Amino acid sequence: MSNFLAKRLLFSASVLFALSLFVFLLFYIAPGDPARVIAGDKATELQLVQIRSNLGLDRPIYEQYLQFVGKALQGDLGFSYRSQQPVAKLIVTRIPATVSLVIGGVIFWLLIGIPIGIMSARDPGGWRDRLGQTIILVGLSFPTFVLGMLSLYVFYFLPRQAGFTLFPPGGYAPFLKDPLIWAWHLVLPWTTLALVTAAIYARLTRGNLLQVMGEDYIRTARAKGLSERAVLLRHGLRSTLTPLVTQLGADIAFLLGGAIVIEQIYGLQGVGALAVQAVQNQDRPIIIGVVMLGGLFIVITNIVVDLLYAVLDPRIRH
Amino acid sequence: MSATMTEEPAAGTVVQRSPFALTIRRFRRDRASLVALVFIGFLVIFAACAPLIETAMGHSPIEQYRDTGLSDMGLPVAPNVEFPLGTDHLGRDVLVRLAYGARVSLLVGVFASLAASLIGLVVGVVAGYVGGAIDMVLSRVMDLVMSVPFLLCALALVSVFGPSLELSVSVIVFFSWTTVGRVIRAEVSSLRRREFIEASRSLGAGPLSIMIRDILPNLSVPILIYTTMMIPSSVVFEATLSFLGLGIVPPTPSWGGMLADAAGNSIYLVAWWLVIFPGTALLLTTLAFNILGDGLRDALDPRSAPARISRFKKKSRQAGRG
Repeated sequence: MSNFLAKRLLFSASVLFALSLFVFLLFYIAPGDPARVIAGDKATELQLVQIRSNLGLDRPIYEQYLQFVGKALQGDLGFSYRSQQPVAKLIVTRIPATVSLVIGGVIFWLLIGIPIGIMSARDPGGWRDRLGQTIILVGLSFPTFVLGMLSLYVFYFLPRQAGFTLFPPGGYAPFLKDPLIWAWHLVLPWTTLALVTAAIYARLTRGNLLQVMGEDYIRTARAKGLSERAVLLRHGLRSTLTPLVTQLGADIAFLLGGAIVIEQIYGLQGVGALAVQAVQNQDRPIIIGVVMLGGLFIVITNIVVDLLYAVLDPRIRH
Repeated sequence: MSATMTEEPAAGTVVQRSPFALTIRRFRRDRASLVALVFIGFLVIFAACAPLIETAMGHSPIEQYRDTGLSDMGLPVAPNVEFPLGTDHLGRDVLVRLAYGARVSLLVGVFASLAASLIGLVVGVVAGYVGGAIDMVLSRVMDLVMSVPFLLCALALVSVFGPSLELSVSVIVFFSWTTVGRVIRAEVSSLRRREFIEASRSLGAGPLSIMIRDILPNLSVPILIYTTMMIPSSVVFEATLSFLGLGIVPPTPSWGGMLADAAGNSIYLVAWWLVIFPGTALLLTTLAFNILGDGLRDALDPRSAPARISRFKKKSRQAGRG
């Protein structure tokens, strides 16, 4: 068990190391002069030299990298070229919107995906299975932004033309101010995110259930007189939890680093929207910060998933 | 078909069928896959005929028809005789742009998938066949690439090198070869322990010869299936990059870019055709390739077909329930 965790921690550390190296080298070899971006076109050569030495850009590359890592470890991600504000602070202000989106999305997609998977697996080859499979295929194929635009059209624009406001066009309202308004703003983003993601969970649930339901211990459970429902929920579903948790960890980590497309469509000022704006503004410290944050989320969820494994699967504990 | 129907022997006699014939039989019974295949065929023709459509309509994909293509208010024009699918916010012909956009989607989708498969194949075969330290390093590299926030990294890359078609393809390839790599590695590391490999080796074949002449032919089924299944995700990946303004550079038409134009200033709310046509095209394309991928898997590899449970299994299941 501790051996397993040690290996996983080592891997997590290497993910962060690789990412830091990637962004650092990317921006080191990048064309364009950061000093020029900060100072503007009218800056004199002396000012540029001064800015470079302030930022440490005149030191050797490995020193710059070590300085970058050392500061990042203390939560110092530098300053935005544009607004001169600390990157860490800018990112922190964006986290509530992204986290709200992801939490609701996860709940929605689990509530949609797992029941569809169970419905399919209970009736393999039957009409309910075919219905479930069709939903899965369409869900897997729907590009997120197309679904987002369609749902805005149907649930925001058409009602507004009819004279009433069913849902807002987008934006984020803080949870602490008014939870109801907060949820009202997020219903469409949650549903969009859930509908395009649920298919993966439905497919995983179905595939694993079909596999497990042929096992001996399921026959034993049936033989001892349990109802089909109890067999399915208590014994069948239990073993599909492990792959579901793996997938969930990967998805949550990925989205916390910025649900870029959804935030863009619904005008949510989250981490992903910040990254897109930073790219448009050529604001490198922010991009570096967001990528590193994405890596950090991946590492954290990896560790949580590994711990959950140990809880769910007794074989790993030994 | 009708000719073979009449030659079909009476019930009870056994007909010998080659594996290929069996595969074709299974595939032909799969109506959804056939429809998907026909759709993909039409899409390829549509994309190939883009210049013909341009000539027939008399509209270039990038020219702005401000007189006929925009209303007096400067708004896009709804579908009519001159513009069958309407115009966009700059007065450009949506039909012609859709046709040229199909080229981008198909080319990027197919080429990125082929390139990613090739890389995944090489890495997978080497890791699986050689094993040991090399396998460990390659496997960890695959794990690493898989656990990187790829859209964010794509953002970072684009912000440095600027958006372009080549960069889009490279980004897609870089982040999608690992799926094939893992599958092939697993397959090869079980194949290399089989007797026919040992026989080959005892006949004096070197590792390279074994990898190419003995192992590679056995990988054709997973390669075909996984490459097909990678096409829809590559198409969506490209469209997403273009949608975020990080892919194909305007004014070159691409479906993602057309949808981004539609989303900008929320113009699609007053011009539904700007989202319906490219959106439907994108959805149907990914759907068709996904269906085809599933169909190919069921036809080529009946063992893995989870869609159909065998009659025997069903019976025993019911017996078990009773």
